[in-house]
Amino acid sequence: MKQFVDVVCIYTKTGQIRPLYIVWEDGIKYPIDKITQIIPAAALYSGGMGMRYTCKIGNQQRYLFLEEGKWFVEKSNMPYY
Amino acid sequence: MDRAILHCDLNSFYASVEELYHPETRGLPIAVGGDVDKRHGIILARNQLAKKFGVQTAETIWQAKLKCPNLILYPPNYERYMLFSKRTREIFHCYTDLIEPFGIDEAWLDVTHSSIYGSGEKIADTIRNRISNELGVTASIGVSFNKVFAKLGSDLRKPNFTTIINKENMAEMVWPLKVENLLYVGKATQRKLNTLGIYTIGDLAHSEPKVLKRLLGKIGEMLWMFANGKDESPVSKYDATEIIKSIGNSVTCYRDLNSDKDLNVVMWVLAESVASRLRDQGLKAKGVAISLRDNELNCFSRQCVVANPINTASELMLNARKLYKDNYFWQKPLRSIGLKSFQLVDSKAATQLSLFTNQQEIDKEYRLEVAMDDIRGRYGFNSVKRASMLLDPALSDFNPKGDHIIFPENFLK
Ligand SMILES: [Mg+2]
Repeated sequence: MKQFVDVVCIYTKTGQIRPLYIVWEDGIKYPIDKITQIIPAAALYSGGMGMRYTCKIGNQQRYLFLEEGKWFVEKSNMPYY
Repeated sequence: MDRAILHCDLNSFYASVEELYHPETRGLPIAVGGDVDKRHGIILARNQLAKKFGVQTAETIWQAKLKCPNLILYPPNYERYMLFSKRTREIFHCYTDLIEPFGIDEAWLDVTHSSIYGSGEKIADTIRNRISNELGVTASIGVSFNKVFAKLGSDLRKPNFTTIINKENMAEMVWPLKVENLLYVGKATQRKLNTLGIYTIGDLAHSEPKVLKRLLGKIGEMLWMFANGKDESPVSKYDATEIIKSIGNSVTCYRDLNSDKDLNVVMWVLAESVASRLRDQGLKAKGVAISLRDNELNCFSRQCVVANPINTASELMLNARKLYKDNYFWQKPLRSIGLKSFQLVDSKAATQLSLFTNQQEIDKEYRLEVAMDDIRGRYGFNSVKRASMLLDPALSDFNPKGDHIIFPENFLK
Protein backbone atom coordinates (compact mmCIF):
# COMPACT_ATOMS: atom_id res chain seq x y z
CA MET A 1 0.00 0.00 0.00
CA LYS A 2 1.66 3.14 1.21
CA GLN A 3 5.31 2.62 0.35
CA PHE A 4 7.54 5.06 2.21
CA VAL A 5 10.95 5.52 0.60
CA ASP A 6 14.25 7.28 1.15
CA VAL A 7 14.82 10.09 -1.31
CA VAL A 8 17.97 12.03 -2.20
CA CYS A 9 17.07 15.67 -2.82
CA ILE A 10 18.44 19.08 -3.61
CA TYR A 11 17.16 22.01 -1.61
CA THR A 12 17.52 24.85 -4.09
CA LYS A 13 18.55 28.33 -3.08
CA THR A 14 15.06 29.51 -3.96
CA GLY A 15 13.60 27.19 -1.36
CA GLN A 16 12.35 24.40 -3.61
CA ILE A 17 12.86 20.72 -2.98
CA ARG A 18 13.89 18.70 -6.01
CA PRO A 19 14.04 14.90 -5.59
CA LEU A 20 16.95 13.30 -7.50
CA TYR A 21 16.92 9.61 -6.57
CA ILE A 22 14.43 7.26 -5.01
CA VAL A 23 16.20 4.68 -2.86
CA TRP A 24 14.26 1.42 -2.80
CA GLU A 25 14.21 -0.99 0.15
CA ASP A 26 16.94 -3.16 -1.42
CA GLY A 27 19.22 -0.14 -1.62
CA ILE A 28 18.92 0.32 -5.37
CA LYS A 29 18.83 3.95 -6.42
CA TYR A 30 16.37 4.93 -9.10
CA PRO A 31 17.34 8.23 -10.73
CA ILE A 32 14.46 10.59 -11.46
CA ASP A 33 14.99 11.66 -15.04
CA LYS A 34 12.37 14.34 -15.15
CA ILE A 35 9.71 15.94 -12.98
CA THR A 36 6.76 16.93 -15.12
CA GLN A 37 4.40 18.37 -12.49
CA ILE A 38 4.40 19.44 -8.84
CA ILE A 39 0.98 20.04 -7.31
CA PRO A 40 -0.77 19.52 -3.98
CA ALA A 41 -2.87 16.38 -4.33
CA ALA A 42 -4.63 13.58 -2.52
CA ALA A 43 -3.14 10.10 -2.83
CA LEU A 44 -6.33 8.13 -3.23
CA TYR A 45 -4.71 4.74 -3.77
CA SER A 46 -2.13 4.84 -0.99
CA GLY A 47 -4.21 6.92 1.36
CA GLY A 48 -2.68 10.30 2.05
CA MET A 49 -2.32 13.90 1.02
CA GLY A 50 0.63 16.11 0.23
CA MET A 51 2.76 17.63 -2.51
CA ARG A 52 2.68 15.34 -5.53
CA TYR A 53 5.70 15.10 -7.86
CA THR A 54 5.02 13.41 -11.18
CA CYS A 55 8.32 11.68 -11.95
CA LYS A 56 9.73 10.04 -15.06
CA ILE A 57 11.96 7.14 -14.10
CA GLY A 58 13.32 5.56 -17.30
CA ASN A 59 10.22 5.24 -19.41
CA GLN A 60 7.92 4.76 -16.44
CA GLN A 61 5.88 7.40 -14.69
CA ARG A 62 5.37 7.40 -10.91
CA TYR A 63 3.75 9.70 -8.39
CA LEU A 64 6.07 10.63 -5.57
CA PHE A 65 4.38 12.30 -2.57
CA LEU A 66 5.88 14.46 0.11
CA GLU A 67 3.58 14.25 3.09
CA GLU A 68 4.43 15.91 6.40
CA GLY A 69 8.16 15.53 5.76
CA LYS A 70 8.04 11.94 4.51
CA TRP A 71 8.16 10.59 0.97
CA PHE A 72 6.07 7.78 -0.44
CA VAL A 73 5.33 6.38 -3.90
CA GLU A 74 1.97 5.21 -5.16
CA LYS A 75 2.19 1.55 -6.08
CA SER A 76 1.34 0.80 -9.64
CA ASN A 77 -1.47 -1.73 -9.32
CA MET A 78 -4.26 -0.34 -7.26
CA PRO A 79 -6.48 -3.04 -5.84
CA TYR A 80 -8.85 -0.73 -4.05
CA TYR A 81 -10.35 1.22 -6.88
CA MET B 1 -25.03 45.27 -4.71
CA ASP B 2 -25.78 42.00 -2.95
CA ARG B 3 -22.95 40.40 -1.07
CA ALA B 4 -21.51 37.07 -2.16
CA ILE B 5 -21.14 34.93 0.95
CA LEU B 6 -20.00 31.31 0.87
CA HIS B 7 -20.47 28.82 3.66
CA CYS B 8 -18.21 25.85 3.21
CA ASP B 9 -18.81 22.65 5.16
CA LEU B 10 -16.54 19.61 4.88
CA ASN B 11 -18.75 16.54 4.56
CA SER B 12 -18.57 13.88 7.31
CA PHE B 13 -15.21 15.47 7.98
CA TYR B 14 -13.47 13.11 10.41
CA ALA B 15 -14.85 10.05 8.65
CA SER B 16 -13.78 11.32 5.22
CA VAL B 17 -10.22 11.87 6.40
CA GLU B 18 -10.09 8.35 7.88
CA GLU B 19 -11.58 6.98 4.67
CA LEU B 20 -8.79 8.62 2.69
CA TYR B 21 -6.09 7.23 4.99
CA HIS B 22 -7.54 3.70 5.06
CA PRO B 23 -8.02 2.73 1.41
CA GLU B 24 -8.31 -0.91 2.48
CA THR B 25 -11.69 -0.20 4.10
CA ARG B 26 -13.07 1.99 1.35
CA GLY B 27 -16.49 0.91 0.23
CA LEU B 28 -17.27 -0.28 3.76
CA PRO B 29 -19.25 1.47 6.50
CA ILE B 30 -16.83 3.32 8.76
CA ALA B 31 -17.12 5.72 11.64
CA VAL B 32 -14.91 7.71 13.96
CA GLY B 33 -15.69 7.11 17.61
CA GLY B 34 -14.46 8.76 20.76
CA ASP B 35 -13.17 6.21 23.25
CA VAL B 36 -13.61 3.33 20.83
CA ASP B 37 -12.77 0.60 23.32
CA LYS B 38 -15.22 1.80 25.91
CA ARG B 39 -18.88 0.98 25.73
CA HIS B 40 -20.03 4.53 26.33
CA GLY B 41 -18.06 5.96 23.41
CA ILE B 42 -20.08 7.90 20.86
CA ILE B 43 -19.98 8.23 17.10
CA LEU B 44 -18.26 11.49 16.15
CA ALA B 45 -18.66 11.06 12.40
CA ARG B 46 -19.66 8.36 9.93
CA ASN B 47 -19.35 7.93 6.19
CA GLN B 48 -22.20 7.78 3.69
CA LEU B 49 -22.39 3.98 3.80
CA ALA B 50 -22.69 3.90 7.57
CA LYS B 51 -25.36 6.56 7.26
CA LYS B 52 -27.35 4.24 4.99
CA PHE B 53 -27.37 1.71 7.84
CA GLY B 54 -28.91 4.41 10.02
CA VAL B 55 -25.78 5.14 12.02
CA GLN B 56 -26.17 8.59 13.58
CA THR B 57 -23.64 11.09 14.79
CA ALA B 58 -23.62 11.39 18.60
CA GLU B 59 -25.26 8.04 19.27
CA THR B 60 -23.36 5.49 21.31
CA ILE B 61 -21.09 2.99 19.64
CA TRP B 62 -23.12 0.04 20.91
CA GLN B 63 -26.30 1.52 19.42
CA ALA B 64 -24.52 2.00 16.12
CA LYS B 65 -23.20 -1.57 16.19
CA LEU B 66 -26.75 -2.87 16.63
CA LYS B 67 -27.75 -1.25 13.34
CA CYS B 68 -24.51 -2.01 11.57
CA PRO B 69 -22.60 -4.94 13.10
CA ASN B 70 -19.78 -4.66 10.56
CA LEU B 71 -19.16 -1.01 11.26
CA ILE B 72 -15.45 -0.27 11.21
CA LEU B 73 -14.39 2.18 13.91
CA TYR B 74 -11.38 4.43 13.99
CA PRO B 75 -10.26 6.55 16.92
CA PRO B 76 -10.11 10.29 16.26
CA ASN B 77 -6.86 11.74 15.00
CA TYR B 78 -7.19 15.42 15.86
CA GLU B 79 -3.76 16.47 14.71
CA ARG B 80 -4.52 15.22 11.24
CA TYR B 81 -7.95 16.89 11.21
CA MET B 82 -6.35 20.18 12.23
CA LEU B 83 -3.90 19.84 9.36
CA PHE B 84 -6.75 19.31 6.87
CA SER B 85 -8.59 22.24 8.36
CA LYS B 86 -5.50 24.40 7.92
CA ARG B 87 -5.01 23.28 4.31
CA THR B 88 -8.64 24.10 3.57
CA ARG B 89 -8.17 27.60 4.91
CA GLU B 90 -5.07 27.99 2.76
CA ILE B 91 -7.24 27.23 -0.25
CA PHE B 92 -9.84 29.79 0.92
CA HIS B 93 -7.09 32.36 1.25
CA CYS B 94 -6.42 32.22 -2.48
CA TYR B 95 -9.81 33.87 -3.06
CA THR B 96 -10.42 36.16 -0.08
CA ASP B 97 -8.98 37.20 3.24
CA LEU B 98 -12.45 37.53 4.76
CA ILE B 99 -12.72 34.09 6.31
CA GLU B 100 -14.58 33.25 9.48
CA PRO B 101 -14.06 29.69 10.67
CA PHE B 102 -16.93 28.04 12.51
CA GLY B 103 -15.59 24.99 14.23
CA ILE B 104 -12.96 22.83 12.62
CA ASP B 105 -14.79 21.97 9.41
CA GLU B 106 -16.93 25.00 8.53
CA ALA B 107 -16.22 28.56 7.48
CA TRP B 108 -17.87 31.60 5.98
CA LEU B 109 -16.11 33.44 3.17
CA ASP B 110 -17.01 36.86 1.81
CA VAL B 111 -16.07 36.85 -1.88
CA THR B 112 -18.03 39.99 -2.83
CA HIS B 113 -14.83 41.69 -3.93
CA SER B 114 -13.18 38.63 -5.46
CA SER B 115 -14.83 38.93 -8.86
CA ILE B 116 -11.54 38.48 -10.72
CA TYR B 117 -11.97 34.79 -9.80
CA GLY B 118 -15.56 34.76 -11.07
CA SER B 119 -18.99 34.81 -9.45
CA GLY B 120 -19.71 33.39 -6.02
CA GLU B 121 -20.94 30.20 -7.65
CA LYS B 122 -17.82 29.89 -9.80
CA ILE B 123 -15.53 30.39 -6.80
CA ALA B 124 -17.54 27.85 -4.79
CA ASP B 125 -17.13 25.28 -7.57
CA THR B 126 -13.42 25.99 -7.84
CA ILE B 127 -12.95 25.59 -4.09
CA ARG B 128 -14.91 22.32 -4.09
CA ASN B 129 -12.79 20.94 -6.91
CA ARG B 130 -9.59 21.94 -5.22
CA ILE B 131 -10.61 20.42 -1.89
CA SER B 132 -11.49 17.16 -3.58
CA ASN B 133 -8.35 17.00 -5.76
CA GLU B 134 -5.82 18.35 -3.32
CA LEU B 135 -7.14 17.01 -0.04
CA GLY B 136 -9.14 13.94 -1.06
CA VAL B 137 -12.23 14.95 0.93
CA THR B 138 -15.40 16.74 -0.15
CA ALA B 139 -17.19 19.94 0.80
CA SER B 140 -20.67 21.33 0.34
CA ILE B 141 -20.92 25.03 -0.23
CA GLY B 142 -23.86 27.38 0.14
CA VAL B 143 -23.73 30.65 -1.77
CA SER B 144 -26.01 33.49 -0.75
CA PHE B 145 -26.28 37.18 0.02
CA ASN B 146 -26.09 36.62 3.77
CA LYS B 147 -24.39 34.28 6.21
CA VAL B 148 -27.51 32.60 7.52
CA PHE B 149 -28.76 31.50 4.09
CA ALA B 150 -25.27 30.52 2.98
CA LYS B 151 -25.14 28.14 5.94
CA LEU B 152 -28.58 26.78 5.12
CA GLY B 153 -27.44 26.24 1.54
CA SER B 154 -24.41 24.18 2.51
CA ASP B 155 -26.75 21.89 4.48
CA LEU B 156 -29.29 21.38 1.71
CA ARG B 157 -27.38 19.17 -0.68
CA LYS B 158 -24.36 17.07 0.17
CA PRO B 159 -21.81 15.67 -0.33
CA ASN B 160 -19.93 17.83 -2.81
CA PHE B 161 -22.57 20.31 -4.01
CA THR B 162 -22.83 24.03 -4.54
CA THR B 163 -26.25 25.41 -3.60
CA ILE B 164 -27.27 28.93 -4.54
CA ILE B 165 -29.83 30.86 -2.54
CA ASN B 166 -30.59 34.32 -3.89
CA LYS B 167 -33.39 36.84 -3.48
CA GLU B 168 -35.25 35.33 -6.43
CA ASN B 169 -35.34 31.73 -5.22
CA MET B 170 -35.33 32.18 -1.43
CA ALA B 171 -39.10 31.86 -1.05
CA GLU B 172 -39.00 28.54 -2.83
CA MET B 173 -35.69 27.22 -1.40
CA VAL B 174 -35.73 28.45 2.20
CA TRP B 175 -39.28 29.08 3.33
CA PRO B 176 -40.59 25.49 3.08
CA LEU B 177 -37.77 24.26 5.36
CA LYS B 178 -38.50 23.36 8.96
CA VAL B 179 -37.80 26.23 11.32
CA GLU B 180 -35.21 24.24 13.30
CA ASN B 181 -32.92 24.33 10.28
CA LEU B 182 -32.33 28.01 10.91
CA LEU B 183 -29.18 29.04 12.76
CA TYR B 184 -29.92 29.63 16.48
CA VAL B 185 -33.16 27.70 16.54
CA GLY B 186 -32.39 25.00 19.07
CA LYS B 187 -34.83 22.53 20.58
CA ALA B 188 -36.15 24.96 23.19
CA THR B 189 -36.76 27.74 20.66
CA GLN B 190 -38.31 25.31 18.22
CA ARG B 191 -40.81 24.16 20.85
CA LYS B 192 -41.75 27.75 21.63
CA LEU B 193 -42.19 28.64 17.97
CA ASN B 194 -44.28 25.51 17.38
CA THR B 195 -46.69 26.63 20.10
CA LEU B 196 -47.40 29.71 17.95
CA GLY B 197 -48.05 27.49 14.95
CA ILE B 198 -44.69 28.38 13.41
CA TYR B 199 -43.28 25.24 11.84
CA THR B 200 -41.42 26.44 8.75
CA ILE B 201 -38.97 29.23 8.10
CA GLY B 202 -41.69 30.74 5.90
CA ASP B 203 -44.12 30.73 8.85
CA LEU B 204 -41.47 32.57 10.82
CA ALA B 205 -40.84 35.07 8.03
CA HIS B 206 -44.54 35.88 7.82
CA SER B 207 -45.18 36.18 11.53
CA GLU B 208 -45.36 39.40 13.48
CA PRO B 209 -41.94 40.49 14.82
CA LYS B 210 -43.57 42.01 17.92
CA VAL B 211 -45.12 38.67 18.82
CA LEU B 212 -41.78 36.94 18.39
CA LYS B 213 -40.10 39.49 20.59
CA ARG B 214 -42.65 38.91 23.31
CA LEU B 215 -42.10 35.15 23.06
CA LEU B 216 -38.33 35.00 22.72
CA GLY B 217 -36.94 38.41 23.57
CA LYS B 218 -34.36 40.11 21.40
CA ILE B 219 -33.47 36.88 19.63
CA GLY B 220 -37.09 36.68 18.38
CA GLU B 221 -36.66 39.76 16.22
CA MET B 222 -33.28 38.52 15.08
CA LEU B 223 -34.79 35.21 13.92
CA TRP B 224 -37.50 37.08 12.03
CA MET B 225 -34.79 39.09 10.26
CA PHE B 226 -32.90 35.88 9.45
CA ALA B 227 -35.99 34.22 8.02
CA ASN B 228 -36.55 37.20 5.74
CA GLY B 229 -32.97 37.25 4.50
CA LYS B 230 -32.21 40.45 6.38
CA ASP B 231 -29.10 39.16 8.12
CA GLU B 232 -26.48 41.86 7.71
CA SER B 233 -23.81 40.40 9.96
CA PRO B 234 -20.37 40.62 8.39
CA VAL B 235 -17.95 37.78 7.81
CA SER B 236 -15.38 38.66 10.41
CA LYS B 237 -11.80 38.27 9.48
CA TYR B 238 -10.21 35.74 11.74
CA ASP B 239 -6.83 35.93 13.32
CA ALA B 240 -4.93 32.95 11.97
CA THR B 241 -3.03 32.59 15.20
CA GLU B 242 -6.09 32.01 17.31
CA ILE B 243 -8.37 29.34 16.06
CA ILE B 244 -9.92 28.97 19.43
CA LYS B 245 -11.42 25.63 20.00
CA SER B 246 -13.42 25.63 23.13
CA ILE B 247 -16.25 23.70 24.66
CA GLY B 248 -18.49 25.67 26.90
CA ASN B 249 -21.99 26.21 28.07
CA SER B 250 -24.03 28.91 29.66
CA VAL B 251 -27.46 29.33 31.14
CA THR B 252 -29.74 32.15 32.15
CA CYS B 253 -31.38 31.11 35.39
CA TYR B 254 -35.06 31.26 36.16
CA ARG B 255 -34.36 33.38 39.21
CA ASP B 256 -31.47 35.51 40.45
CA LEU B 257 -28.66 33.76 42.25
CA ASN B 258 -27.73 35.23 45.61
CA SER B 259 -25.01 33.09 47.11
CA ASP B 260 -22.13 30.75 46.46
CA LYS B 261 -24.52 27.96 47.35
CA ASP B 262 -26.87 28.91 44.48
CA LEU B 263 -23.97 29.34 42.13
CA ASN B 264 -22.57 25.92 43.03
CA VAL B 265 -25.80 24.22 42.07
CA VAL B 266 -25.85 25.77 38.61
CA MET B 267 -22.12 25.47 38.05
CA TRP B 268 -22.22 21.74 38.78
CA VAL B 269 -24.74 21.21 36.00
CA LEU B 270 -22.61 23.20 33.59
CA ALA B 271 -19.42 21.44 34.70
CA GLU B 272 -21.01 18.05 34.15
CA SER B 273 -22.19 18.96 30.67
CA VAL B 274 -18.87 20.48 29.64
CA ALA B 275 -16.90 17.53 31.04
CA SER B 276 -19.19 15.07 29.36
CA ARG B 277 -18.80 16.80 26.01
CA LEU B 278 -15.02 16.91 26.40
CA ARG B 279 -15.01 13.16 27.00
CA ASP B 280 -17.37 12.55 24.08
CA GLN B 281 -14.87 14.27 21.80
CA GLY B 282 -11.86 12.52 23.32
CA LEU B 283 -10.45 15.84 24.53
CA LYS B 284 -9.03 17.39 27.67
CA ALA B 285 -8.76 21.09 28.50
CA LYS B 286 -5.91 23.11 29.88
CA GLY B 287 -7.95 26.27 30.38
CA VAL B 288 -11.10 26.97 32.37
CA ALA B 289 -13.08 30.19 32.11
CA ILE B 290 -16.19 31.40 33.88
CA SER B 291 -18.46 34.23 32.84
CA LEU B 292 -21.01 35.74 35.15
CA ARG B 293 -23.68 38.29 34.35
CA ASP B 294 -25.49 40.10 37.12
CA ASN B 295 -29.13 41.17 37.12
CA GLU B 296 -28.16 44.54 35.63
CA LEU B 297 -26.46 42.77 32.74
CA ASN B 298 -22.91 43.64 33.77
CA CYS B 299 -20.54 40.94 32.60
CA PHE B 300 -17.59 39.55 34.41
CA SER B 301 -15.24 36.81 33.33
CA ARG B 302 -12.12 35.17 34.64
CA GLN B 303 -9.99 32.34 33.37
CA CYS B 304 -7.16 30.16 34.51
CA VAL B 305 -4.84 27.59 33.04
CA VAL B 306 -4.07 24.31 34.75
CA ALA B 307 -0.85 22.33 34.62
CA ASN B 308 -2.45 19.03 33.72
CA PRO B 309 -5.27 18.88 31.15
CA ILE B 310 -8.60 17.89 32.67
CA ASN B 311 -11.88 16.34 31.58
CA THR B 312 -13.89 15.63 34.70
CA ALA B 313 -16.66 17.76 36.15
CA SER B 314 -15.07 17.76 39.58
CA GLU B 315 -11.80 19.20 38.28
CA LEU B 316 -13.64 21.81 36.21
CA MET B 317 -15.69 22.64 39.27
CA LEU B 318 -12.60 22.96 41.44
CA ASN B 319 -11.15 25.56 39.11
CA ALA B 320 -14.42 27.35 38.42
CA ARG B 321 -15.16 27.62 42.12
CA LYS B 322 -11.75 29.05 42.85
CA LEU B 323 -12.26 31.60 40.08
CA TYR B 324 -15.50 32.93 41.50
CA LYS B 325 -14.57 32.65 45.17
CA ASP B 326 -11.45 34.71 44.56
CA ASN B 327 -13.04 37.22 42.24
CA TYR B 328 -16.74 37.67 42.83
CA PHE B 329 -18.08 39.12 46.06
CA TRP B 330 -21.82 39.28 45.44
CA GLN B 331 -22.07 43.00 44.83
CA LYS B 332 -25.18 42.12 42.85
CA PRO B 333 -27.24 38.98 42.35
CA LEU B 334 -26.34 36.92 39.28
CA ARG B 335 -28.56 36.07 36.34
CA SER B 336 -26.47 34.21 33.77
CA ILE B 337 -23.64 31.78 34.30
CA GLY B 338 -21.20 30.41 31.76
CA LEU B 339 -18.42 27.86 31.94
CA LYS B 340 -15.94 27.27 29.16
CA SER B 341 -13.01 24.95 28.66
CA PHE B 342 -10.29 25.89 26.21
CA GLN B 343 -6.76 25.00 25.07
CA LEU B 344 -8.06 21.59 24.17
CA VAL B 345 -5.72 18.65 23.72
CA ASP B 346 -6.13 15.04 22.75
CA SER B 347 -7.10 13.12 25.88
CA LYS B 348 -4.66 10.37 24.97
CA ALA B 349 -1.74 12.80 25.11
CA ALA B 350 0.53 11.88 27.98
CA THR B 351 -0.19 13.67 31.23
CA GLN B 352 2.63 14.83 33.41
CA LEU B 353 2.16 13.18 36.78
CA SER B 354 2.46 15.77 39.45
CA LEU B 355 3.61 15.62 43.02
CA PHE B 356 0.60 17.63 44.08
CA THR B 357 -2.25 15.89 42.36
CA ASN B 358 -3.69 12.59 43.35
CA GLN B 359 -4.02 10.74 40.08
CA GLN B 360 -5.91 7.83 41.66
CA GLU B 361 -8.52 10.23 42.95
CA ILE B 362 -8.89 11.76 39.46
CA ASP B 363 -9.12 8.36 37.79
CA LYS B 364 -11.78 7.31 40.25
CA GLU B 365 -13.76 10.48 39.57
CA TYR B 366 -13.34 9.90 35.85
CA ARG B 367 -14.76 6.39 36.08
CA LEU B 368 -17.65 7.65 38.17
CA GLU B 369 -18.54 10.34 35.65
CA VAL B 370 -18.21 7.99 32.72
CA ALA B 371 -20.62 5.63 34.48
CA MET B 372 -23.02 8.56 34.90
CA ASP B 373 -22.69 9.41 31.19
CA ASP B 374 -23.56 5.83 30.43
CA ILE B 375 -26.65 5.80 32.64
CA ARG B 376 -27.81 9.14 31.26
CA GLY B 377 -27.21 7.94 27.71
CA ARG B 378 -29.63 5.09 28.33
CA TYR B 379 -32.20 6.44 30.75
CA GLY B 380 -32.12 10.20 30.24
CA PHE B 381 -30.32 13.12 31.78
CA ASN B 382 -32.38 13.17 34.96
CA SER B 383 -31.93 9.50 35.79
CA VAL B 384 -28.90 10.20 37.96
CA LYS B 385 -27.92 13.42 39.72
CA ARG B 386 -25.53 14.80 42.25
CA ALA B 387 -27.14 15.29 45.64
CA SER B 388 -26.14 18.98 45.56
CA MET B 389 -28.56 19.53 42.70
CA LEU B 390 -31.44 18.68 45.00
CA LEU B 391 -30.61 21.77 47.06
CA ASP B 392 -32.66 23.64 44.50
CA PRO B 393 -34.16 21.21 41.99
CA ALA B 394 -35.69 24.01 39.90
CA LEU B 395 -32.37 25.77 39.58
CA SER B 396 -30.58 22.68 38.33
CA ASP B 397 -33.44 21.51 36.16
CA PHE B 398 -31.97 22.06 32.73
CA ASN B 399 -30.12 19.77 30.41
CA PRO B 400 -27.41 21.93 28.91
CA LYS B 401 -26.00 19.05 26.94
CA GLY B 402 -29.26 18.28 25.19
CA ASP B 403 -30.41 21.84 24.61
CA HIS B 404 -27.06 23.12 23.60
CA ILE B 405 -26.97 25.57 20.72
CA ILE B 406 -23.68 26.70 19.30
CA PHE B 407 -23.53 30.46 19.05
CA PRO B 408 -20.99 31.84 16.64
CA GLU B 409 -19.50 34.49 18.84
CA ASN B 410 -19.78 37.62 16.79
CA PHE B 411 -23.51 37.27 16.14
CA LEU B 412 -24.65 38.32 19.55
CA LYS B 413 -22.01 40.90 20.35
MG1 LIG C 1 -19.23 19.10 8.31
